[in-house]
Amino acid sequence: MSKNIKFLGLLLTLIIIFIILLKGLNVSKDYSNEKLKSKIDISLNAKKLFSDEIINISDLFDKNSPSVVNIWASWCAPCREEHQFLMKLKDMNINIIGINYKDSPKNAKNFLNSLGNPYSEVITDNDGTKSIEFGAIGVPETFIISGKTNEIIKKYIGPLTSENLIEIKNLLEENA
Amino acid sequence: MSNYLGNYSLYIALIASVYLIFKSYLDANSENKYLDKNFILITSIQTIMITVSFFSLVAAFVISDFSNETVFNNSHTLKPLFYKVSGTWGNHEGSLLLWLLVLSIFLFIFLLNSRSQDTKYKLLTILFQQIIISGFLFFILLTSNPFKTLYPIPSEGLGLNPILQDPALAIHPPILYLGYVGTSIIFSASLASMISGNIGDKWARHIKKWVLLSWVFLTIGILLGSIWAYYELGWGGFWFWDPVENVSLMPWFCLTALLHTVIVLQKRNSFKEWTIILSITTFSLSMSGTFLVRSGILNSIHTFANDPSRGLFILSFLFILILMSILIFFFNQNKISNTAKENFILSKETAILVNNWFMMFFLSVVLVGTIYPIFLEVLNGSKISVGPPFYHNLLIPFLIPFLIFMSFGPSLKWIKDKLKKFNYNILIIFLVSLLISYVILTKTENSFLLSIPLIVLSIYLLLVTIKDFFVSRSSISQKISHFGFSLLITSILLNGLFSNEFNSNMKVGDERIFDEKVVKLKEVNVKDVDNYKSLKASFEVTNKNSSFALYPEVRIYQQPLTITSEADIKTTLFSDNFLVFNILKDDGYYNVRYQYKPLMIWIWISTIFIGFGGLLSVIRKNEQKY
Repeated sequence: MSKNIKFLGLLLTLIIIFIILLKGLNVSKDYSNEKLKSKIDISLNAKKLFSDEIINISDLFDKNSPSVVNIWASWCAPCREEHQFLMKLKDMNINIIGINYKDSPKNAKNFLNSLGNPYSEVITDNDGTKSIEFGAIGVPETFIISGKTNEIIKKYIGPLTSENLIEIKNLLEENA
Repeated sequence: MSNYLGNYSLYIALIASVYLIFKSYLDANSENKYLDKNFILITSIQTIMITVSFFSLVAAFVISDFSNETVFNNSHTLKPLFYKVSGTWGNHEGSLLLWLLVLSIFLFIFLLNSRSQDTKYKLLTILFQQIIISGFLFFILLTSNPFKTLYPIPSEGLGLNPILQDPALAIHPPILYLGYVGTSIIFSASLASMISGNIGDKWARHIKKWVLLSWVFLTIGILLGSIWAYYELGWGGFWFWDPVENVSLMPWFCLTALLHTVIVLQKRNSFKEWTIILSITTFSLSMSGTFLVRSGILNSIHTFANDPSRGLFILSFLFILILMSILIFFFNQNKISNTAKENFILSKETAILVNNWFMMFFLSVVLVGTIYPIFLEVLNGSKISVGPPFYHNLLIPFLIPFLIFMSFGPSLKWIKDKLKKFNYNILIIFLVSLLISYVILTKTENSFLLSIPLIVLSIYLLLVTIKDFFVSRSSISQKISHFGFSLLITSILLNGLFSNEFNSNMKVGDERIFDEKVVKLKEVNVKDVDNYKSLKASFEVTNKNSSFALYPEVRIYQQPLTITSEADIKTTLFSDNFLVFNILKDDGYYNVRYQYKPLMIWIWISTIFIGFGGLLSVIRKNEQKY
């Protein structure tokens, strides 16, 4: 009897795994999510990377125009690849708010000192909770957030590419 | 011409496969004492047909026959001959054909090597192996035929991904496949032995060679993949916990457990269920590896093909095989004669059991980390990325009990061991390793509490495995493999602890100071080579009293347009100096990454030791004594 139960249990587990993997095959691999127009709470307190001063994140946002938020870490290889494009955004006079995700301040500062600092302000997120509030699932991720409504206009998962730069510029102009 | 030859020989192989399935099924139910001569004949015909098919694809690649779609998509006339040949299995269709080739050759070798075995057992092994072969044949012919023709014939091919133009990668897939496919023989044989009821010490001796052989190939295959990632991808590490790397590691854990379990089966005639379940699991994991990599369900740097219909086929096939094996296991469980002997806590059997549980734990962590993201995405649409921190946090703390255990487990005796009188040698070794660790740990600033026991224990284990060469009674192959493993763990830990890197944008003529070293970019030379444009930089690294040069390279390939960075690595016995650079688009600046990585070469050497131990065990006949 118990043998049959074991067998049925195993069979059921297998069928569930099969169905899930089957569904998984058809999941789209397009990661820029248009539907994510959710509003987020940005009135969080966080520490600045360079000055140890605690500020409210919402103070960093321009109330009238959208802001770019980039979540990064010095240990993340794709962030390093992406870095050059962030520098280009900076050259295009676009302000980027950096959230330094689960990183040691020393490494983070070294990273920015040696490669250049594209951010207008960097805040630290040692335990990853601030990034979770933004709905981030890994690094790097880039958000464009409306200053008026605090809605996510666009979210990029993974490193930015050169094609994204023009798109970001246009989005910022459209929503200004 | 070669297209037709390749295609039709696959059909002939399929007919042979179907014939063998029916014939072996019918014969297994009759009480024939001898194996019909036709089996060897038909199997060899099938093997020859598949070989012909494989080599006609190789020929198409060599002569750049672009009427073949696979060749057109993956080759180019300008490619060096070596990579034209390796291009045969550098793509989805060709790699499956290689899988199939190895499958049929292995079955043929198995038949030649198991003359003394029971007829029913052999027939059933043929049956299961042919089911797998026919599955692959259908898969190739229906969804990924490598012999699709193109008309009009294009004049030039689309090239091979230049990242794949690397000697380590050219031989990495075949070696890994030998490991994977070897597990298919273990799978078929263990199901067959379960039904025919001959599972026991005699069978264990016979199947142990296959287990060892697959394990050696899998070990070396993983090593080559790791070497490729280190030298070619230029990320400066040897393991990235990428899903595709993980799928080769999972069967390895399982096979390592099986390797130890089979020894118990051989010596003590117990652990029968462990053996069967591990055989089934190992093969299922190897097959899932193929499924995960080939279906495009994973997001990874390694996924080359994206075709859900292929995924559907492999998924269904995989589940049919798993289902079949579970049914066979449950309905034949009573045939396993439970000669359960009394097990004592302090014995080699217990030690191997504990080892198995550790392997299962490591396996579960990697399994969860690899497929949980897929599950979560399907279940509620959320996406998580599981990175190195997950694996490190879950695996590293458990290394502590594992290392302690491994320091004494292998030297326990079978059946029952006694607690020995206090052994002064052990105490001396422990004190020496404390001393060495102290010296090592004072040299680093980032010592966490966790790294102290890890370093102490890994050095302790290393010294114990060295000591075992002189005093232990176990076999030389086991000593070598265990020594290799402890060396591997020690090298990885020290490498992780002492690695250091610096990153900067530099112009020609610039100097940067890093960790008492001066890194200078002297010049960058541009040159046209074979099928790419090369930018070779010349760096000089000056230490306190010595200096050396490094020449990293950036290659710009035209077919298809790809830029790769070739790191230059200066390897010494104690450390690697790794330098890689990238082009930044503007004003002559290059992004330079310099890494100091201690003991890199020992990670490769120790893995070779691990594999060599296994190989020695396959070759040596008098291993049976231990």
